[in-house]
Amino acid sequence: MKTIIKYVLLDLLKNKTVIVYTIILAAISISVLAAGGNTTKGLLSILNITLLFVPIISMLFSTIYFFNSVEFTELLLAQPIRRKTMLLAEYSGVAFALCIAYLIGVGVPIYLFSYEAAAFTLILSGLLLTLIFSALALLTFVLFRDKTKGIGAAIIITLFFTLLFDGLLLSFIFSFSDYPIDEPLLGIISLNPVDLARILVLLKLDVAVMMGYSGALFKKFLGSATGSIYTMLCMFFWIIIPVLASAKVFNKKDL
Amino acid sequence: MISIEHLTKSYRKFKALDDINLSFECGQAISLLGPNGSGKTTLIKSILGLAIPESGTIRINGIKISKDWEYRSQIGYMPQIGRYPENMTIAQVIKMLKEIRKDSQKYDEEMIERFGLSQHWNKTMSSLSGGTRQKVSACLAFLFCPDIFIMDEPTAGLDPLSSEILKEKIAKECANGKLILITSHVLSDLEDIASHVVYLQDGKLKLYNTVEELKYLTGEEKLNKVIASIMQNELPKKVAAI
Repeated sequence: MKTIIKYVLLDLLKNKTVIVYTIILAAISISVLAAGGNTTKGLLSILNITLLFVPIISMLFSTIYFFNSVEFTELLLAQPIRRKTMLLAEYSGVAFALCIAYLIGVGVPIYLFSYEAAAFTLILSGLLLTLIFSALALLTFVLFRDKTKGIGAAIIITLFFTLLFDGLLLSFIFSFSDYPIDEPLLGIISLNPVDLARILVLLKLDVAVMMGYSGALFKKFLGSATGSIYTMLCMFFWIIIPVLASAKVFNKKDL
Repeated sequence: MISIEHLTKSYRKFKALDDINLSFECGQAISLLGPNGSGKTTLIKSILGLAIPESGTIRINGIKISKDWEYRSQIGYMPQIGRYPENMTIAQVIKMLKEIRKDSQKYDEEMIERFGLSQHWNKTMSSLSGGTRQKVSACLAFLFCPDIFIMDEPTAGLDPLSSEILKEKIAKECANGKLILITSHVLSDLEDIASHVVYLQDGKLKLYNTVEELKYLTGEEKLNKVIASIMQNELPKKVAAI
């Protein structure tokens, strides 16, 4: 397994898309942070970029990579390797490569410009988002035979979580505003990893205005500390469940 | 060595393999023939465990493959299309496979030498031509000295010289008592190699005979003529009549 991870990483670290992704992240982070003034403002801008960019890039890049390496996966599976090992190794390789890109692109500039606790939470949430969306990409890959359909599904899933979900949530709040919906709302938010990532950072940043309805709810019901632990737990489940489900589906998949 | 019983596999409504029964022994060179979509690749993939059959069993050296994965150490597979990670070099690909296959200490690097791959040693896979990638696939199939070779269209995309080298190597391994399973539409390539012919059509096994038997039955000398008369559907009746 380690061997496969090592070579997937070696291949991906030379990949042009990964390099460009790193450079763009770094350019944005440095320009935002170097603009000076308020670090909290800078971190918030980076947070917004993270919440939009990381899911889209992680999801699309990983899905395309998995589909493109189908033939090589087949060749490796003709060797005495368990299917599960192969899939997990491939996932780890891709997820690590994207995490390294994020660490270099966002982590290093933040480390140079600001040492706040919130900054580290931001990096953590970016890394978790990378892991979550590569896991969802893995699931998309095992569920679809056809590359075009798979990539289409990947686009829809990312758009759903980054844009559509919040709209639906708002209309839900709006239509049921006469009822006590605070608690069900907490559950619903746990269904969107992007929201979880936002709340995780905002609980640390302490900018109530930016927190929105969901963030305020978390603070009210769970408090900062419990809230952070709860969101982190949810995000871990968002990684583990898709990965395990993929391994299960992949065991029965025809290649 | 390989025994297949009642193997059935369908993709949705399409029956790719329909109740196939076959058994192959060491020293045989079996050419799998049939029109496009007749189930050749599905059969190969089922043996490799890449496609999961609905029913039926495949045994290799008496061991059922459905639960096992280690049996694949005995198989050298050369796929129809070889695609490799873009930024890896030939050297890295070969080193990777060697690291994965720690169980095998004996390497057969004859093909790497004869194909002259060492002059492309540090080129990335994306910069190689289709034929060179095919050579890499061939080298990987022979690398770990397996007992069974499964080759899907091995000579497609190779230049005449290289395909001659590959055929020589296959014949040599067969003479060493290895089992060779090969599909190809270039029948002249199979002429000197094949000892048996398996003919599939619409997922059904039409015939499984030695080349000699078929030549005798059809009265033809060349393999391509033999196959042509099978494809005109005359032979299975004759074989069935015997």
